[in-house]
Amino acid sequence: MTTHQVVIVGAGPAGLSAAIAFSRRGVRDIVVLDREAEAGGVPRHTDHLGFGMRDLHRLMRGPAYAKRLRELAERSGAQIRTETTALGWDGPTTLRIADANGISTIEAGAVVLATGVRERPRAARLVPGDRGTGILTTGALQQLTMRQIRPGTVAVVVGAEHVSFSAVMTLSHAGCRVAAMITPLQHHQTYTPLRLATSTRHRVPIITDADIASIEGRTQVSAVTLTNGRRIECDTVVFTGDWAANNELAHSGGLSMDPAHGGPIVDGALRTSRTGVFAAGNLTHPAETADVCALQGRHLATSTLDWLSTEHWPQDPVAVRTLGPIRWISPSVLHPQDPAPRDRFVLRVATFGDARSIAVSQGDRTLWHGNIVGSLVPNRSISIAADWVDAIDPEGGEIVVQLRE
Amino acid sequence: MSEVATSADGDTEILFDVAVIGAGVVGTAVARLLSHHRLRVALLDANGDVGAGTSKANTAILHTGFDAVPGSLESQLVRRGYELLREFAPRAGIAVETTGALLVAWDDEQAATLPSLAAKASANGCTETEILDTAGVRELEPHLGDAVQGGMRVPGEHIIDPWSTPLAFAREAIANGVTWLPNRHVTKLEADANSGTTVVVAADGRSIRARCVVNAAGLYSDAVNELLGRTGFSIRPRRGELIVFDKHARPLLQRTILPVPTATTKGVLVAPTVFGNVMLGPTADDIDDRTATGSTRDGIDALLAKGRRILPALMSHEVTAVYAGLRAATEHSDYQISHDVELRVVCLGGIRSTGLTASMAIAEHALGLIEACGIDLVPRDADELVDVTMTNLGEAFERPYQRGGAGPIVCHCELVTRAEIEAACTEAPIAVTLDGIRRRTRALAGRCQGFFCTAEVCSVAAAASGRPADSWYRPGAPS
Repeated sequence: MTTHQVVIVGAGPAGLSAAIAFSRRGVRDIVVLDREAEAGGVPRHTDHLGFGMRDLHRLMRGPAYAKRLRELAERSGAQIRTETTALGWDGPTTLRIADANGISTIEAGAVVLATGVRERPRAARLVPGDRGTGILTTGALQQLTMRQIRPGTVAVVVGAEHVSFSAVMTLSHAGCRVAAMITPLQHHQTYTPLRLATSTRHRVPIITDADIASIEGRTQVSAVTLTNGRRIECDTVVFTGDWAANNELAHSGGLSMDPAHGGPIVDGALRTSRTGVFAAGNLTHPAETADVCALQGRHLATSTLDWLSTEHWPQDPVAVRTLGPIRWISPSVLHPQDPAPRDRFVLRVATFGDARSIAVSQGDRTLWHGNIVGSLVPNRSISIAADWVDAIDPEGGEIVVQLRE
Repeated sequence: MSEVATSADGDTEILFDVAVIGAGVVGTAVARLLSHHRLRVALLDANGDVGAGTSKANTAILHTGFDAVPGSLESQLVRRGYELLREFAPRAGIAVETTGALLVAWDDEQAATLPSLAAKASANGCTETEILDTAGVRELEPHLGDAVQGGMRVPGEHIIDPWSTPLAFAREAIANGVTWLPNRHVTKLEADANSGTTVVVAADGRSIRARCVVNAAGLYSDAVNELLGRTGFSIRPRRGELIVFDKHARPLLQRTILPVPTATTKGVLVAPTVFGNVMLGPTADDIDDRTATGSTRDGIDALLAKGRRILPALMSHEVTAVYAGLRAATEHSDYQISHDVELRVVCLGGIRSTGLTASMAIAEHALGLIEACGIDLVPRDADELVDVTMTNLGEAFERPYQRGGAGPIVCHCELVTRAEIEAACTEAPIAVTLDGIRRRTRALAGRCQGFFCTAEVCSVAAAASGRPADSWYRPGAPS
């Protein structure tokens, strides 16, 4: 068994940024584990612009962004162990890991889980029909095209959120025509400029209020039938978005989980319910952009250093409950002394709406009210200010977040 | 070493003693047993892989046969096959676990049938059953739904890896000299009484000659039968849809949860799998289309409704896979096993959902019929025979990633190493599709369904096989 100050599981934007931040604060003994052959996480395969804005203050393509974070982390002195899988727990902050030599354990003063997200595949969405080849997710699609493995020739994209448009771009660049995007909601969920830049440019119709009813094609996908009765011939179906947290390690560690998004519950300092274990990145909010994850990873440094030096783990946080169309909020438990990452809360809604005003209350007391940043659009990142956290009463019971008409 | 015969039109054809048509769990079991004898054996399949038809989609139960019709051939062969496979599986590296089963009564009427089921089990040689009251059931399986009205324990029930079973049979058969002929969709059988041989012709015109033909064609066993002008049964596929739940659901149950069987079906069960998941199914729909292996909205909804009643907590878990299999049901209730000395054919038809359990006993039984058709069964010396051990895929067993030295983990959900994927592409019978790799290794079968590893599996398979990665991702795609 080896022992380190900090072990970070997952070398994506959150994990690498946390490692860099720890190093800048003087932590020398940091190990970052990643099960893939190369550190960098999902941006390695996302070969289009849109990365690095908020954290590195430049606009980069995914692979370049991943490379930059990798270099910064390596330069910081963090030990990055790729092809190393964290399997489970062997002690409060001891992980059981697998690498090419078999099983071993690694102990740390603090463990950071930054295991990211994946898209729900076809089966998890209970889409009936045949199981011919050509059914995949954006993640698989992007990795195939990065290796010059061609997807099919005509695709249907399931979903109309940001990542769905990313899938359209990837398919178009790979020479695969996109016959349609399908969303069960009444409107697409991305920003209009992105929609215009992708679906219009590539002439992709967006079919709203419809879902995939069935997939045809026993050896190779040949068509999909929609719930509105329409049939579209295609040889590829890409299921996009509908994020699921990679929560296996959190789950096996017995961490308290938020059933609304499947990730562990964290407080403003990104502590989980398990002493000495933190969580960051899209595991805690499936899914935000890479730069938001990176900033959140940086946010860990203060609280983790505090834990390493004091061994104080605050107990009994105040829970935050969301009402109405608000599906979840992150962080979702609070201590008054912990500011939230980026001084913001991120949340998601289930339905479209015109309301912009949100109220945060504890008992009879309104802690904050104000406007959301963004619009009430499902699957889209919405945030609210967090400058009210120091006003909460640790004994005052749960905090309620709701829309104001 | 095969002799070559010359056919009427001058083409040369390889002469085999026995041609086994169909490389499902029954055909491969027969080929394996034949390979222990001094015989030239061919194993043919319409697919490019073994176990790629109805054998790949079943409930993965090694069944005591407690609810079979006493005295039927099926009952006899299930009972014998249960003993044989239970002994063979651990030796061959096929994951098998003795979980036992709990047959649950959900109303008073069902509870009233329990004593007769126990008596039937006893008549089928399964004597260890125990009838329990509701509290007894709850003590064993505390997560069951509210409507439980007692039940019956069947301690001898096992769960088994259904994919590795035909693969192990085929691998041993091939290692012992059986000629594996994939992609041979047999469309013509020409029995020639003079030479005492039959020409086995595939759709693409390729043919072999054999002294005896074994029909193990599963869903097409009636069609192969008709190629020799034989009748007696017709296949009416019974589709079974199944839902596989995430491994996080596995702690919800300890054993297979069975319903009280009806006249037509064993009903919907909930079972742990050797891969660490929980399975819910199957439905039972009689259909006409022998290729209709798709799932349906109605089927999925019906299963979820049943699952909610049986194990309510299961419903909060993610679904990992949904699939459907076709049972080779016929108009008869029993297996349709027969032979014809004149035509030198053995027919192993109508092998329904119990085929996995009964496979080794069906093979044993078939060998007697093959002998009756004039084939001498001379056993080979034990030191001539190769034993085959599969890489055990079960969660309860040690896997290559735990031992190390097998390269990096490629499939992260199912913890499959690079060496396992390479072996799948190079060890006979080789995988030719991603689905074939999945059945040999579990790669791509996990909760992410290939989000993380599809491309890497294609790359590893391409390097190991010498075939382009494109052809692994999209077989049949224009290159």
